Amino acid sequence: METLYAPPKTLHRIPTHYCPGCGHGIVQRLIAEIIYEWDMRGKTIGIAPVGCAVLAYNYLDIDISEAAHGRPPAVATGIKRVHPDNLIFAYQGDGDLAAIGLAEIIHTAARGENITVIFNNNAIYGMTNGQMAPTTLVDQRTTTCPEGRSVDEHGHPIRICELLATVDGCAYISRVSLTNPKNVQKTKAAIKKGFRTQMRRKGFSIIEVLSPCPVYWRMNTLDSMKFIDEEMSQTYPSGIFKDWEKEGS
Amino acid sequence: MTGNEAAAEAAVQAGCRFYYGYPITPQNEIINYMAVRMPQVGGTFIQAESEIAAVNMLYGSAAAGARTMTSSSGPGISLKQEGLSYLAGSELPCVIVNVQRGGPGLGDISPSQSDYFQAVKGGGHGDYRIIVLAPSSVQEIADLVYDAFDLADKYRNPVMMLGDAQLGQMMEPVEFYKPAKTYLPPKKWALTGADGRPKNVIKSFYPVKGELEKFNGRLQEKYRRIEETEVRYEEINTKDAELVLVAYGTCARISREIIKKTTEMGHRVGLLRPITLWPFPKEALKRLSQKAKAFMAIEMSAGQMVEDVKLSVLGRREVYFYGRTGGGVPSTKEVLKSIIEVLPKIKAVGSVEMIEI
Repeated sequence: METLYAPPKTLHRIPTHYCPGCGHGIVQRLIAEIIYEWDMRGKTIGIAPVGCAVLAYNYLDIDISEAAHGRPPAVATGIKRVHPDNLIFAYQGDGDLAAIGLAEIIHTAARGENITVIFNNNAIYGMTNGQMAPTTLVDQRTTTCPEGRSVDEHGHPIRICELLATVDGCAYISRVSLTNPKNVQKTKAAIKKGFRTQMRRKGFSIIEVLSPCPVYWRMNTLDSMKFIDEEMSQTYPSGIFKDWEKEGS
Repeated sequence: MTGNEAAAEAAVQAGCRFYYGYPITPQNEIINYMAVRMPQVGGTFIQAESEIAAVNMLYGSAAAGARTMTSSSGPGISLKQEGLSYLAGSELPCVIVNVQRGGPGLGDISPSQSDYFQAVKGGGHGDYRIIVLAPSSVQEIADLVYDAFDLADKYRNPVMMLGDAQLGQMMEPVEFYKPAKTYLPPKKWALTGADGRPKNVIKSFYPVKGELEKFNGRLQEKYRRIEETEVRYEEINTKDAELVLVAYGTCARISREIIKKTTEMGHRVGLLRPITLWPFPKEALKRLSQKAKAFMAIEMSAGQMVEDVKLSVLGRREVYFYGRTGGGVPSTKEVLKSIIEVLPKIKAVGSVEMIEI
């Protein structure tokens, strides 16, 4: 019998620790698929962040490093400079990237560091039971803004793609989501494009993935997808914010 | 050449091709030197956005299997402590230079030895140790930087060069001999892309119950091995000494002068100069405490290394302390004065019996 589809061999066949409906598993599977399809296992080095995704190194069958909270872009820089021909990606959550690691992400982008960042934005700190993130929406409830995020009290959500689009040195910036099979395929295409950007040495690439966290959003999985499509994407519209191929470079 | 430049050039000679820094006085000669030198040897120099970013770039390059170094001082070294804890926990070889300045806080930019606790007791979180080397001349800075890289690779452990503003900025002749070739284990653990082999993982996270304790046990075994084999120190006139001075770095230079003077005056004063601050030469001090009547630690701090001297002597002998803080460098004259003050007390102890240890 002909096998039409099988899980990528770059993904260990073990259960993950992710909660039901979580987006991390989908994104990490997409990464594994691309590495496998492109036969890049021997060239790829990943960086797992502090947060829920730290255990990515248990799931992805590639060379991979942990990084201190917020520092994956700096660690990726250190690795890339040693192995400039390898495919280096950093996987980050919103607390990691947009709060504690904001300096690292901006400066890594500004240096035009030839790496790819996959930014899982679920607007909450999942690992620590659901605190407010820099990307938490206005009025969204979390354990540290139980009445909902108020602009007066907690300030505004930070839009990372829009922010990085102002930084020269970024070659590819894209925001995607996981809310239906079509969007999952778009996410895969965006990550592929990010990796291609890097392999062609065009500079820094980042793919922001709007990702569900049903448990700490206190929603069921379907409502979570609806929340992304109807509310999250109001603050964080999908799209391509920078593309070296469209700028004639 | 200044001590700082010697540290930088020695790193290049030792094969370091990845340097990450951030400006802070009094170590700027290192970052300035590396900015010029690294491109000449096809290496990487990055002026990072912060000391935190620099130490994490170091982490990346160390994980990728390269020889890598960062340098800083006082406040910058404090910022690197989280990174140091991760480096130790992930067992990554690398070299960190601390050109000590006065603290706490912003302190000042003058010479100090007040980062001793932070360096040898572990300034970051968790049960870990880093090897700490304390040179006391520009030549020794160069020599020890070679050894620092070898020790780091040999034990998969961070190594700190603990200098100070005076050592870093003073000029002395220095010779860069060819680093000795030592056998070092291949870095099979490094991240290179898992080409035709099982994957490598660099991590310090052990969430499954019992795993971390097992891992820490292995770390501690490694630390015991280092304590058994890597202790270094220098002894001067300790054989018949009634009083043994204990000093490292700049204070050891001053102590040499003092010993010359006390010998001329007919006193039996010796010097034990730790070259490794961790592992600390406790066995040597224990041995000396069988004969010597007293010890005196001389430091540019309010009394940090003196605690390790006391722990080594274990109450068998009196341990005196002379220290200056806040950028005060002790003069030979003032230290001599305080030695002369305590000498009658020491002599009054009379003959000491050999103490069995």
